[in-house]
Amino acid sequence: MPNLSFTAPTTVDEAVRMLAGGAGLAKPLSGGTDLLVQLRSGRMRPEAIVDIKRIPGLIGIREEAGEFVIGAATPGVMLSAHKAFEHAWPGIVEGADLIGSQQIQGRASLAGNLCNASPAADSVPAMIAARATCVIAGPNGRRTAPVEAIVIGPGRTSLEKGEFIVEFHVPKPKPHQSDAYLRFIPRTEMDIAVVGCGVNVTLDGNGVCTDARVVLGAVAPTQVIVEDAAKALIGHRLDEITNAALDAAAQRACKPITDKRGTIEYRTKVAGVLARRAAKLAFERAGAR
Amino acid sequence: MSYLDKDALKVVGTRPIRPDGVDKVTGRANFGADMTMPGMLWGKIKRSPHAHARIVSINTDKALTLPGVKAVTTRADFPDIPPEKRVLGAAPANLWDLSRNCMAKGKVLYEGHAVAAVAAVSPAIAEQALDLIEVEYEVLPHIMDVEAAMAPDAPILHDDIFTAGIEPRPTKPSNIAKVVRFAKGDVEAGFREADVIIERRYTTKPVHQAYIEPHACLVSVAPDGQTTIWSSSQGQFMVRGYTSRIVGADIANIRAIPAEIGGGFGGKTIVYLEPLAYMLSKKSGRPVKMVMNREEVFRATGPTSGAVVEVKIGAKKDGRITAAQTVLKYQSGAFPGSPVQQGCICGLAVYDLPNALTIGYDVLCNRPKVAAYRAPGAPIGSFGVESAMDELAHELGIDPLKLREINGAKNGTKAAHGPTWVNIGYQQTLEATKAHAHLKTSLGPNQGRGIASGYWHNAGGESSAACHVNEDGTVTVTEGHPDIGGSRASMAMMVAEVLGVPFETVRPVVGDTTAIGFSASTGGSRVTFAGGMAVTQAAQKVVEELKKRAAITWDISPDAVEWKDGKAYPAGANAGSFEPLDLTAIAGKSARTGGPISAEVQINAQGQGPGFATHICDVEVDKETGQVKILRYTAIQDVGRAIHPSYVEGQMQGGVAQGVGWALNEEYIYDKDGKLENPGFLDYRVPVASDMPMIETVMVEVPNPRHPFGARGVGEVPIVPPMAAVANAIADAIGVRLRDLPMSPPRVLAALDQVEPMRQAAE
Repeated sequence: MPNLSFTAPTTVDEAVRMLAGGAGLAKPLSGGTDLLVQLRSGRMRPEAIVDIKRIPGLIGIREEAGEFVIGAATPGVMLSAHKAFEHAWPGIVEGADLIGSQQIQGRASLAGNLCNASPAADSVPAMIAARATCVIAGPNGRRTAPVEAIVIGPGRTSLEKGEFIVEFHVPKPKPHQSDAYLRFIPRTEMDIAVVGCGVNVTLDGNGVCTDARVVLGAVAPTQVIVEDAAKALIGHRLDEITNAALDAAAQRACKPITDKRGTIEYRTKVAGVLARRAAKLAFERAGAR
Repeated sequence: MSYLDKDALKVVGTRPIRPDGVDKVTGRANFGADMTMPGMLWGKIKRSPHAHARIVSINTDKALTLPGVKAVTTRADFPDIPPEKRVLGAAPANLWDLSRNCMAKGKVLYEGHAVAAVAAVSPAIAEQALDLIEVEYEVLPHIMDVEAAMAPDAPILHDDIFTAGIEPRPTKPSNIAKVVRFAKGDVEAGFREADVIIERRYTTKPVHQAYIEPHACLVSVAPDGQTTIWSSSQGQFMVRGYTSRIVGADIANIRAIPAEIGGGFGGKTIVYLEPLAYMLSKKSGRPVKMVMNREEVFRATGPTSGAVVEVKIGAKKDGRITAAQTVLKYQSGAFPGSPVQQGCICGLAVYDLPNALTIGYDVLCNRPKVAAYRAPGAPIGSFGVESAMDELAHELGIDPLKLREINGAKNGTKAAHGPTWVNIGYQQTLEATKAHAHLKTSLGPNQGRGIASGYWHNAGGESSAACHVNEDGTVTVTEGHPDIGGSRASMAMMVAEVLGVPFETVRPVVGDTTAIGFSASTGGSRVTFAGGMAVTQAAQKVVEELKKRAAITWDISPDAVEWKDGKAYPAGANAGSFEPLDLTAIAGKSARTGGPISAEVQINAQGQGPGFATHICDVEVDKETGQVKILRYTAIQDVGRAIHPSYVEGQMQGGVAQGVGWALNEEYIYDKDGKLENPGFLDYRVPVASDMPMIETVMVEVPNPRHPFGARGVGEVPIVPPMAAVANAIADAIGVRLRDLPMSPPRVLAALDQVEPMRQAAE
């Protein structure tokens, strides 16, 4: 591994300069739980690694103007430790809590999970379902993008050279709004999603859905926002007919591949199952508020 | 004296803390990769990217010129092994095959097969050098599937292998290396008598032993040829002997020092790295360390066979089996030697069969050469037989446990493969199963219960042990077997029992090849039996010596001395009146009575007791995802005598956990070119802790009279029943029979999808 530079700047501007500076590949580092594995396996050979954890604000959660602001390098365990956030978005916390082991969750960050750009990333579907956005710093200053705009294919993001995610903004839930995330793995833990599904719903006082977002993971090159699934839910209670429509919509949205983790048929079928099960949880939670 | 009377025992049967426990839980224990030496180099292996190819040329020039590279080795450095030297002593390996498995000759036979190795001053430089070794291949058609490999037009791996075990001797080479056959009575007549016949086909996938510790060694060859090997294995004498033949060195020039072993399960009963490190050390003049990574472990070591198992069983309406027949086709990988014979034997050994026939095929294919894996071969054959027994029970309308009671082997039963059983405990495991509370609990929707039995013959063989009384009266016990299942504790307990001293005063040591006499490897569940017999005899000799020393001290006849509770007493009033002498007193004065007090024993242990087990498994099936959850699991086993009950229970639980992995998720996934796609624990799915319930254990003790304490092997039987127990439970839960392993969620769901439309149509 010749000529690998490592820096740990303390300001966003410095980090951008270091990421944008060289000709070769430069990678931001937060928890390192994907990056270090890729370095070791030789899959990733960056020229520069820029540790962003020392930049003030990059780790931690704060509440501002009706939003949660989550630093990009915030490890998963800090989400569940933040009682207000956990109460607000149990589905996002569920997703983060499924990544790797407890040790991994002590390091792995939301931004890392997103920018690793795996279609199976567990923390991403519920973030998209919650309509979270991210603030991106780069050579041309700062911009904001919805989370779903980041991943454009397996291992590929829309971030330009020198850009990195600084923080996420997650709106606070409205009355009777909640979420859920479920994934399917062949074991009980320590595995990668064969299918993942995040569901975020808002209900009226009678339990009828007024707004919804259903997001699938691991069934296409990127996370998929299933518009038809949201349509199946909006205006309905979660009865048998709604469930059947939701299941069918989720299955239709799948464009999976057959690989070592699952077949096309299997992933498609289970996507429908998880959509129903996650919706049931989300409806229960939203109804209880 | 006999130690078979359990009530008279003071140490054996208790649960002291294992002598190696503190080191292991505090991280002090030294495993294979923990040794370093001054001036040490790092060795790395260049491996084949092809499943089957001819090696046209290997050019190492560029690698050798890379600064920091000190040696490169290829096949050209290794001697051919003539036929008379291919077997060493009673060891099972064909060393010519093993040599060509360690370093390919002429052809590569699987992806990951070693073609060259380098030694350099750092791992990074060694890695870099690998890329500079140029290997030209002529890619050949490859064959992965066992039945495809048996087809007449299949690509042939070895043109000098002609099927053994058939007459007349074939004239064309074949991938079928061997056919084995055992018969009893007349199966055709037996099937004619049957009211019901079940005929089914089952398949299993190759599975890896999945030890946590990758293979690792450090080898130092001096200019005069004297060599030290530090490595983790299941036998330091195996490492010494196998390496000597593969590199062409004398055994007396090699000292093999056993490291702690981080799991072996049979997979460390052969060598991979030591001969390569030897050659690199010899060429460079420096010690060479080699450590595999996990990917290499998956691509180039283990596994056990994938197989096809065809089972036919006929029975009368009352449940009596009239005939049973099995045909087993096992993958051996790149070289012959699948455990198909044990599969043939063990599957049928559980039952009293008037007529039986079993035929096994040992089949080559372009996969890593199989290595032993816990009860090698037995779980595969038993998955077929025990599943078919469940299907037969269903067909007959007889309770599966009852069907086994009717047909189960007893003392006096002549097994299909020949022996007549004595002192076996199979029926006792069925009684304990029947009495167990587990069977009385009720099941919910989509839940089911399965039972299955299993057999493993266990092993005896060559062992050495030494028992030394130290100057202060404490005791050192030296044995020749690496401790992979708590055997240090068991050895020390047996010695403490014989000497009548506290367990804590006896310290066990696993000696290197110069510290103790030859001992066969740890495997076949043989150590507590054979090693235990050796240490017991050594301790008994020491007792005789201690009595002699007391007699000298008292000036009476040794016959007039009695050894009791760790002390010498005059045997009765006629012997005289003396204060008893304990170990400390005798040892402290040993110089005056004849010198150091020690005994070493060498034996070839015979009379290992067969092991039988019956397991109960409850599952719940998620019918929408096909996921199977193990709800409750109870393993019932005849253990002979549990020397250290906790470690016996641990063996039973470990075997079940591995069997459940085999049943549910473990499999190798190859692409169309024969390249492994899942060489890691992320996608090669062994169970994680949260997948398993607490595994309940019931130790049935039918002592083995051929062992001083009644022990039989316990480590392997527990992996035999689980796959069928799980399959039978799934069938009970959802009414669908899965006959192909692994019973992973996609397969279970596909099986459900096949029957659901039929069910709905029927309704």
